[in-house]
Amino acid sequence: MKFLSARRRNPFVAVLLLVAALGAVGITFSTVSNIQPAQAALGTQTQVEEGKKLYLEGCSSCHALNAQGTMNGPTLLGVGAASVHFQVATGRMPLAAPGAQATAKEPSYDPEQIAALTAYIASLAPGPAMPTAEDLDYSDADVAEGGVLFRINCAQCHQAAGQGGALTQGKYAPSLMEATPQEIYEAMVSGPQSMPVFSNETLPIEDKKAVTAYIMALQEAPSPGGLSLGRLGPVVEGLFMWVAVFAALIAAAVWIGIKAR
Amino acid sequence: MSATTDHPIEQVGGVTAKYVDQRLGSNKFLGRNLGKVFPDHWSFMLGEIALYSFIVVLLTGTFLTLFYDPSMVEVVYNGAYVPLKGVEMSQAYASTLDISFEVRGGLLIRQMHHWSALIFVAAIAVHMFRVFFTGAFRKPREFNWLVGVGLTALALGAGFTGYSLPDDLLSGTGLQIIRGILQSIPLVGTWSAFLMFGGEFPGTEIIPRLYAAHILLIPGLLLGLISAHLMMVWTQKHTQFPGPGRTNSNVVGYPLLPVYMAKAGGFFFIVFGIIALIGGLVTVNPIWIFGPYMPDQVSAGTQPDWYIGWLDGALRLMPNWESVIAGFTISWNVLIPSVIIPGILFTALAFYPFLEAWATGDKREHNLLERPRNAPVRTSIGVVAIVFYGILWIGGGNDIIATTFDLSFNALAWTLRVLLIAAPPIAFVVTKRICLGLQRKDREKLLHGYESGRVLRLPHGEFIEVHQPLNYKELAVISAKEDLPVLPAPVKTDSDGVRNPHYRVDQLRHKVSSFFLRDNIERPTDAEIEAGQAHAAHSAALEAPLNEYELQDEDPVGHGGVLHHPGMPLTNQEQIDQRQQ
Repeated sequence: MKFLSARRRNPFVAVLLLVAALGAVGITFSTVSNIQPAQAALGTQTQVEEGKKLYLEGCSSCHALNAQGTMNGPTLLGVGAASVHFQVATGRMPLAAPGAQATAKEPSYDPEQIAALTAYIASLAPGPAMPTAEDLDYSDADVAEGGVLFRINCAQCHQAAGQGGALTQGKYAPSLMEATPQEIYEAMVSGPQSMPVFSNETLPIEDKKAVTAYIMALQEAPSPGGLSLGRLGPVVEGLFMWVAVFAALIAAAVWIGIKAR
Repeated sequence: MSATTDHPIEQVGGVTAKYVDQRLGSNKFLGRNLGKVFPDHWSFMLGEIALYSFIVVLLTGTFLTLFYDPSMVEVVYNGAYVPLKGVEMSQAYASTLDISFEVRGGLLIRQMHHWSALIFVAAIAVHMFRVFFTGAFRKPREFNWLVGVGLTALALGAGFTGYSLPDDLLSGTGLQIIRGILQSIPLVGTWSAFLMFGGEFPGTEIIPRLYAAHILLIPGLLLGLISAHLMMVWTQKHTQFPGPGRTNSNVVGYPLLPVYMAKAGGFFFIVFGIIALIGGLVTVNPIWIFGPYMPDQVSAGTQPDWYIGWLDGALRLMPNWESVIAGFTISWNVLIPSVIIPGILFTALAFYPFLEAWATGDKREHNLLERPRNAPVRTSIGVVAIVFYGILWIGGGNDIIATTFDLSFNALAWTLRVLLIAAPPIAFVVTKRICLGLQRKDREKLLHGYESGRVLRLPHGEFIEVHQPLNYKELAVISAKEDLPVLPAPVKTDSDGVRNPHYRVDQLRHKVSSFFLRDNIERPTDAEIEAGQAHAAHSAALEAPLNEYELQDEDPVGHGGVLHHPGMPLTNQEQIDQRQQ
């Protein structure tokens, strides 16, 4: 006790206490809260081994042998199954070519191989899990509420109609017109590329379902006004007006003018 | 001036005309005016497109006012469009949704209204190009040019107020930008923004205010100015392109009744028909997709309609400059692109006719249009303006262009910034060179006729290319060119030693005048033209004996060195005869 009381006015004590207090809060929070339930035992042992093999062949040159990452690719420890499935199943990984951002393409692996890769990465460290069928069931979700959430959280990058938009330095928010509910969920929980993470704490499952329902409604939305022009807004409308409509009007004027001669 | 008395109105209107005339005494007026002659050219109909699309805007707009509710009261939507059911929105937005989904024919009329508004501004712009590049703004039509500039500004205002009324996500974002632009004006900015919005953004005042401007104030002014515009065309008579028999003091064309009544009437229905067609077939401004405006929301790819796009582009391309002067922030990044640049452009547009008249010292009346090549500096200035505008316009859609063509948004912005500075001078030089080249070609044609492309070997072995005299139409068009001398350099003091009090202004004027006129390729004199055409005819005549010889020949392939055989182009004499007809 004498040891402690003698040093209790030492200037470093405050720092030490702060570190200890913050650490305690952090540890308590992480045990009490249910952030990203650990999903170590996602796949079978065979899948994990198969996944490891595929990983070493196809991924390790950039993400390193133990998935700790290199200068060419980020660490995959803790990215979770959702992230791996999103990246590989949409063809973004393996990367087609270095560039501003990974582009979606035909997936390079079949669903079983993707499951194996997912199981392997998930076995390394806990992270956001893949959605269950129940997570993806948006049939009871409120579409209009989803629309409000979409406009607040998504539209500033993906555009109000979900057609995608430009980001800086050649990056972009992709169009959502082909996205599946599973991809939407996985993108939200894993935050691929420039996208922020919308974890189940910030955007509860019910809200995720509503957003998904709204995106699905956008995908299926008929175009009551006729030809939709890609729903890209006034730029395309202006282009159409000049190139098609105004050209037709001038052609009519020329036609009337020619008849006079 | 073709005779107007050839069309006595009694014959046209018959009994009805008599009945009306006995009550209004209108036959004299109508008889004088219905026979009024207008020149004919397709480009003279561009203004008509503007007029007719404006009529469509008025008709459809009147329909929309019956159902639109300019209120910012918050309501909960409970209409037909399910993806917005239960969402809070303004009454303005809800009523626009109702027009789109519940009013019978509402979406068609709304889309026709929007498309015709887009066409209206486009037609104004293209009509203005025609007037500018043909010098139709010159004396005595400067005031009508000013009215036109006013109409252009009002059309932009009409468009923007209308864009803001549905109170959807796009229009609200547009208003937010307008507020930012207002705020950037030094000293009065913040006050004017509060004045316009009646308090903090967005408040509850702006939509009703814009509505009053959109359906009463601006259309009223537009109607008044359009009337003035047309009345001036009527009293000053329409300009015409140079051509055979066309002079500065006549109008060659067709009478209003029946020819232009039919043409203009028919064209009105064509314009109306095309607008109705696309209004029914092509979506414009699907506000239900964008959702109601909420100040905390914004959509990627938010754009104004095409005619405001250049201002948006200027705002996007401007570097982020700001300075603090005596505790006040001056936002150059907003002030320059959205207040100063459009201010300069519109001022230059309005003053151009006066500037050019001052620079060239041209005080004559011009009822004959000038071919763009014959005013190279004017044409180049016009092209510079179009290039400058075009780059800003592209800038307004840079995010859409970046995603569509897989480009980097930043690289595109920098490319456009460089082009904005570098491209206009290049455009000026290139356009001027092209104009001067065409002038030289015209001069050649006047002096030597045109090159027939046929090479002739003369009996003594010389090869010549046969030149042909111009046909009378082309001769009239080309020889209508008028040359203006560069204004002389002023003297500082005259021979009596008196100082010229206007020396500096005159010197400046001399320099500007020289800039406009010094490179002009002089038109040959009438005597030179006559000699040149005669010479060309002579050169063509050299070929004539061969043609005659060939015509007598039964078997043209039979003699060596065939010049003409069936299937070859017409002989000179035939061509000349055709042209004379």
